[in-house]
Amino acid sequence: MADLTTNFLGISSPNPFWLASAPPTDKEYNVRRAFEAGWGGVVWKTLGMEGPPVVNVNGPRYGAIHGADRRLLALNNLELITDRPLEVNLEEMTRVKKDYPDRALIASVMVPCEEAAWKEILPRIAETGCDGFELNFGCPHGMAERGMGSAVGQVPEYIEMVARWCKEATDLPVIVKLTPNITNVLYPAEAAKRGGADAVSLINTINSITSVDLDSMAPEPTIDGKGTHGGMCGPAVKPIALNMVAEIARNPETRDLPISGIGGVTTWRDAAEFMVLGAGNVQVCTAAMTYGFKVVQEMISGLSQWMDEKGYTSTSDFIGSAVPNVTDWQYLNLNHVTKARISQDDCIKCGRCYAACEDTSHQAITMSEDRVFEVQDDECVACNLCVNVCPVENCITMETLPAGAVDERTGKIVSGDYANWTTHPNNPSATAAE
Amino acid sequence: MTTSPRENGIVAGRLPDPVLQENFCDLHAPLDPHEAHVAADRCYFCHDAPCMTACPTSIDIPLFIRQIATGTQDAAAKTIFEQNILGGMCARVCPTETLCEEACVRETAEGQPVEIGRLQRYATDTVMAKGIHPFDRAEPTGRTVAVVGAGPAGLACAHRLAMLGHQVVVYEARPKSGGLNEYGIASYKSVENFAQKEVDWLLQIGGIEIRHEAKLGQHISLEGLQEDYDAVFLGMGLGAVNALGLDDAKVGVADAVDFIAELRQSSDLSKMPIGRRVVVIGGGMTAVDAAVQAKLLGAEEVTIAYRRGKEAMAASAFEQKLAASKGVRILYNVVPIGVTGNGSLTGVTLAYTESVEGKLVLTDDTFTLPADQLFRAIGQTLSAAPRGLEFEKGKIKVDAAGHTSAPGVWAGGDCASGGDDLTVTAVAEGRDAAMNIHTVLMGGK
Ligand SMILES: Cc1cc2nc3c(=O)[nH]c(=O)nc-3n(C[C@H](O)[C@H](O)[C@H](O)COP(=O)(O)OP(=O)(O)OC[C@H]3O[C@@H](n4cnc5c(N)ncnc54)[C@H](O)[C@@H]3O)c2cc1C
Ligand SMILES: Cc1cc2nc3c(=O)[nH]c(=O)nc-3n(C[C@H](O)[C@H](O)[C@H](O)COP(=O)(O)O)c2cc1C
Ligand code: SF4
Repeated sequence: MADLTTNFLGISSPNPFWLASAPPTDKEYNVRRAFEAGWGGVVWKTLGMEGPPVVNVNGPRYGAIHGADRRLLALNNLELITDRPLEVNLEEMTRVKKDYPDRALIASVMVPCEEAAWKEILPRIAETGCDGFELNFGCPHGMAERGMGSAVGQVPEYIEMVARWCKEATDLPVIVKLTPNITNVLYPAEAAKRGGADAVSLINTINSITSVDLDSMAPEPTIDGKGTHGGMCGPAVKPIALNMVAEIARNPETRDLPISGIGGVTTWRDAAEFMVLGAGNVQVCTAAMTYGFKVVQEMISGLSQWMDEKGYTSTSDFIGSAVPNVTDWQYLNLNHVTKARISQDDCIKCGRCYAACEDTSHQAITMSEDRVFEVQDDECVACNLCVNVCPVENCITMETLPAGAVDERTGKIVSGDYANWTTHPNNPSATAAE
Repeated sequence: MTTSPRENGIVAGRLPDPVLQENFCDLHAPLDPHEAHVAADRCYFCHDAPCMTACPTSIDIPLFIRQIATGTQDAAAKTIFEQNILGGMCARVCPTETLCEEACVRETAEGQPVEIGRLQRYATDTVMAKGIHPFDRAEPTGRTVAVVGAGPAGLACAHRLAMLGHQVVVYEARPKSGGLNEYGIASYKSVENFAQKEVDWLLQIGGIEIRHEAKLGQHISLEGLQEDYDAVFLGMGLGAVNALGLDDAKVGVADAVDFIAELRQSSDLSKMPIGRRVVVIGGGMTAVDAAVQAKLLGAEEVTIAYRRGKEAMAASAFEQKLAASKGVRILYNVVPIGVTGNGSLTGVTLAYTESVEGKLVLTDDTFTLPADQLFRAIGQTLSAAPRGLEFEKGKIKVDAAGHTSAPGVWAGGDCASGGDDLTVTAVAEGRDAAMNIHTVLMGGK
């Protein structure tokens, strides 16, 4: 079995699966059980200032989106940072770290945007023996209204400033947790780097309203007739998170900035995808909240089987491997021609590909009287919609036309040469190929 | 050439070859990847899952199904084999409808459990087809253990011991390994020589030697084994068949298990003789298997005669339905009281039974079924049990750890007290005895 030991910012953990700062990491009782279940590390539920504890709503605080068969696709929450006294959290963290020296324990922190506040609290927290800090600039509700969380994360100058204070206040690694509720994730990421942060972690939750009660006319979850936006997470946010991770990983300004990937990690494969796109490890919240701590066992066995199959002996062998293949649209090869292929053996004749292509795409699938569905190469633009809507995996696939073949749609011979939009004759600003 | 199905007597070739082939193919076809995906997606990954509790070997079912769902069959198979090294056979023969699948929460919710048995087969087949054996042996411990019987209990025990580094010799009376996996399980549950393939695959662990045609009580003795080995495990199943107390010697009267064994070993089903009218006495899995297979061989009329009511029948509802679907008639509350025929059997006389104050009594209401073949399937008993052991209800008495009353001797599977007589229970008991043997041999308590 492959060795999953992962080193992130010099912090070693037996596997790259950390629990994200959230209810699963809210207290000693949870974290001990999480470590027993096999989690490699935890980012403790965000700590705040000393003083009267944070107050949460006492009605429902989560909403959800379900897929078929009530599969949980996303959670939405309006929870705040820890509502337990700082001192209690610190005592518990100290005990846990002492008993699990081989696991990563990161302290997530959110205090007001004042130098003294950050500089006062970090050394205190460091006494727990924690391995590093994560600055929570991501929470989209409750704390933002108080000038914390995403209110800071949306202003790059604040991020840079706070990161700098923190680096001055501690020798431990500092991770800046980014909010996705921004226009371009590179601005906060670059700011974190300028401020001296050792890494970024992303994403925190996305502003959302998951559903509306059509009888009470209020967003859900509804508290005494009213609702508010919450933060969305879970499988549905993964694509957004993957893109943001990839953008940071391939941006010249930030490409050497380590990333902890978060957002919808539910299986080993999700984790592997984050990691090949440049994440040095992953953090998980919703999957644990949906399936319990045991879910990490599948992540561990799956990742190691995959690594064995690929011949990887360490997670560092594949971290970032897909980053060179993330590019901008204008560099995609326009001479690469594919056509949809329907396997008649696998086809169950539901006709979804036909409806999709006929009604909304390129009328490239024909349907016979006896429900045989066939792709017409002279109409197929290879959009992939039929592949996406087919209920049978691998029934419809894309076949690449070899160089020299004729693309029946355009009548042109497929070229084996690479050519992109920057040199395309239709591009008004095209530059000569040579 | 085929014999007419209407020919009286016990003759071969009642059905054309292609029909026989069709009749004896896989009862449940293996899942293809798409089916497996859809089936796996239905699992809820329950906490402290009821299916796991219902499995005698406690396989982590939610985990292995999640591993299938995420495309890692190798990992799924390993999860299964860690608990049950005969997970491949169990996936085929377990009465899942009374075990894991009965406990599935989707059985409660929709009357349609997750297809755990078939998913288990999907994972284990994938890995076994690749020839992968997912375990390595520990460093040799220098300890030796004798295992008697190469059935599910003996094999599970031997594998676990070998894995833990002990040296194991298995003594098996028959020419082939596998026990009832090889000689008992219905043909359509284990096709394509699966039992032997599974044994070969299991032996890849190393450190296990099987000596065939070595019978305890004949070629070897318990005292000898106790002297020569650090520990002994008895897993010899139940060899003898209960008699009916009728004219048991009449031509046409036979043991269902012998018929089944002959059928399992037959390389040409068209040479397998069967009666035109077959009566099977009994109410368990063996009775159903004999009756169904008699029907599949081309017997015109097959009747199971069971002495109590439907609800008391040991064969599960699924098996009773299977029998009915193959055209087997099940008569409840009847007992055979005599056989007719000069030399060869021509009929079986049965009497209806009644329950009087909880006791089964015969009534005067009798009838005779025409029959040219009668199979006894009224249970098996321990044959030639070694002396020096204590017994309980006809089986070797063991404690929770599988230890017998004799020092250094463990037992498990059908021959030992406790647990149902099922393949999966035999595996669990063999494995658990091995763990206890290991603890004792390594100096624990
Ligand atoms: C017809 C039939 C159908 C069945 N169908 C099913 C089913 O579908 N599903 C299910 O779960 N269970 C089924 N069972 C029950 C299941 O087969 C048994 O519970 C299981 O095989 C018990 O395993 P075991 O290892 O204890 O014994 P066995 O499988 O009986 O193995 C014992 C082994 O010990 C050998 N042996 C016996 N005596 C000696 C000796 N003196 N010296 C050396 N070796 C000896 C035997 O040759 C044999 O190989 C069926 C049983 C029968 C009879
Ligand atoms: C109920 C809940 C509470 C959360 N609280 C915090 C928090 O206190 N601090 C923080 O940094 N992130 C918090 N998060 C965000 C998660 O750490 C994580 O970034 C997000 O859920 C995305 O990961 P996921 O898709 O695996 O859930 C919370 C998420 C949830 C669902
Ligand atoms: S999950 Fe627990 S705390 Fe939350 S609503 Fe249900 S019972 Fe209450």
